[in-house]
Amino acid sequence: MIKIDRLVKAFGPKRAVDDISFTVERGEVLGFLGPNGAGKSTTMRMITGFMPPTAGSVTVGGYDVVESPLEAKRLIGYLPENAAAYPDMTVKGFLDFAAELRGLEGQARRKAVQRVVELCFLDSVLHQSIDTLSKGYRHRTCLAQALIHDPDVLIMDEPTDGLDPNQKHEVRNLIRKLGKNKAIVFSTHILEEVDAACTRAIIIDRGRIVANGTPEELRGMSELAGAVTLSAHGATEEKLAALGRVERLDGAFRIYPRDKARAAELAQGIVELVSREGWKVEGMYSEVGQLDEVFRRITLPDTVKR
Amino acid sequence: MKPILTIAKRELASYFTSPVAYVFLVIFLLLTGFFTFTAGNFFERGEASLAAFFGWHPWLYLVLVPAVGMRLWAEERRSGTLELLLTMPITPWQAIIAKFIASWAFLAVALGLTFPTVITANILGDPDNGQILAGYLGSLLLAGAYLAIACMTSAMTRNQVVAFILSVVLCLFLILAGFNPVTDLLTRWASPALVDTVAAFSVVTHFDGFQRGVIDLRDLVFFLSVIGFALFATGIIIRGHRAG
Repeated sequence: MIKIDRLVKAFGPKRAVDDISFTVERGEVLGFLGPNGAGKSTTMRMITGFMPPTAGSVTVGGYDVVESPLEAKRLIGYLPENAAAYPDMTVKGFLDFAAELRGLEGQARRKAVQRVVELCFLDSVLHQSIDTLSKGYRHRTCLAQALIHDPDVLIMDEPTDGLDPNQKHEVRNLIRKLGKNKAIVFSTHILEEVDAACTRAIIIDRGRIVANGTPEELRGMSELAGAVTLSAHGATEEKLAALGRVERLDGAFRIYPRDKARAAELAQGIVELVSREGWKVEGMYSEVGQLDEVFRRITLPDTVKR
Repeated sequence: MKPILTIAKRELASYFTSPVAYVFLVIFLLLTGFFTFTAGNFFERGEASLAAFFGWHPWLYLVLVPAVGMRLWAEERRSGTLELLLTMPITPWQAIIAKFIASWAFLAVALGLTFPTVITANILGDPDNGQILAGYLGSLLLAGAYLAIACMTSAMTRNQVVAFILSVVLCLFLILAGFNPVTDLLTRWASPALVDTVAAFSVVTHFDGFQRGVIDLRDLVFFLSVIGFALFATGIIIRGHRAG
């Protein structure tokens, strides 16, 4: 549904987005990760047709965003950063306005508004003006606006920013639900969201893609992935060192596999060693890797240099 | 066409959901009343015309019209709704025209509410109502020209106050170019042709004909081209922001 090809956006001499390519198909939820200022919002603004790219192209549903903007924009629902909405309008007025601009009239409009009001739980604030809403409601109002025409493509810039944990949970569930038959891109810097809602994640840093894969694959890039933590009475570092690099933790050892692809053999080896030596095992578990460690490792050096 | 109506409707409604519209209407009507009847010596003139009424409009609008237009784009940019609006399936031109039309309609309402002045003139004497109608048309075009300039300055900045001041200054230039004390000053050292050229850029020069009841094509073209130019510039400025 979304095809991004060698996209570049330059602000003066600075390249906010530097040669990014990826595609998102229907049924995919793509998490867009990166430190602040990495180019997430700029990329989304180019996908939604708000900003023209300096070079490269964005195609949505077969329509080039620059050449046939109206056709492309009709397919897209967009939740901008900070959930912008007209503060002087009521929730109902705002949704009616969005529906009208999307070409929905009369009965179809009423149905569409009704549908998103239920989907985003806005019933209780329908006639309240937007500037009196709490942040959570304002967010959901803007999200409702993005969903009003049941778009095939949904672009969300930090949809859970500023929400409380319950609201975050709701929004993630909604994203997962909607992702079954839409192509969704959402940006975030909350890593747990990648596990909670994404089928795939891209990490960008300084305008470039530095990682692209399923949450499992990204976690696999972690140093920790495949390591085994063992806490056993009588265990010695010397003996374990035969199996892999050993790190001494507080009352335990962490053994890193020599070859990540053969991590399973490491665990077996440890079990054999333990039974051979007769150590009393208090705990033993293998690590799956942590996203935040991956994130820090691939984005931090640049952040420090900057 | 439909998106233009939708956006214009929203824009017009947003004037009336805040107290701004009512404050503006009251101030506008009070000031026109004051300038016409007190400062303009409506009764002492001893003639059944609205010259005292229309003569003040270029100066009155100088402050009031930028106040109406200053928020049009500055507010959208400040609150981030510009992104929302321009990612809807509409062209930027539709949004620009819609916003302009909505504010212009609002100014037309304000101008329309001065009808008691017309009634007063008709009760007290026998004015030329055709001339008055031409005056209203000219006044509306004048307001439109100022408004288009306010639109343009509003697109330049996120700050409404800056937008207001910029458009007041630009509109002031458009008045002063044809304002008698200024043209008199110019004639002292500039050639008459130059003075005329400068004066031809002034709203005052072109508004004069309407006040006398003459609808001259050149005056119409002048106001419409000021509006067209300023709105076109608005489009360029907005495209500039989006391009970064």
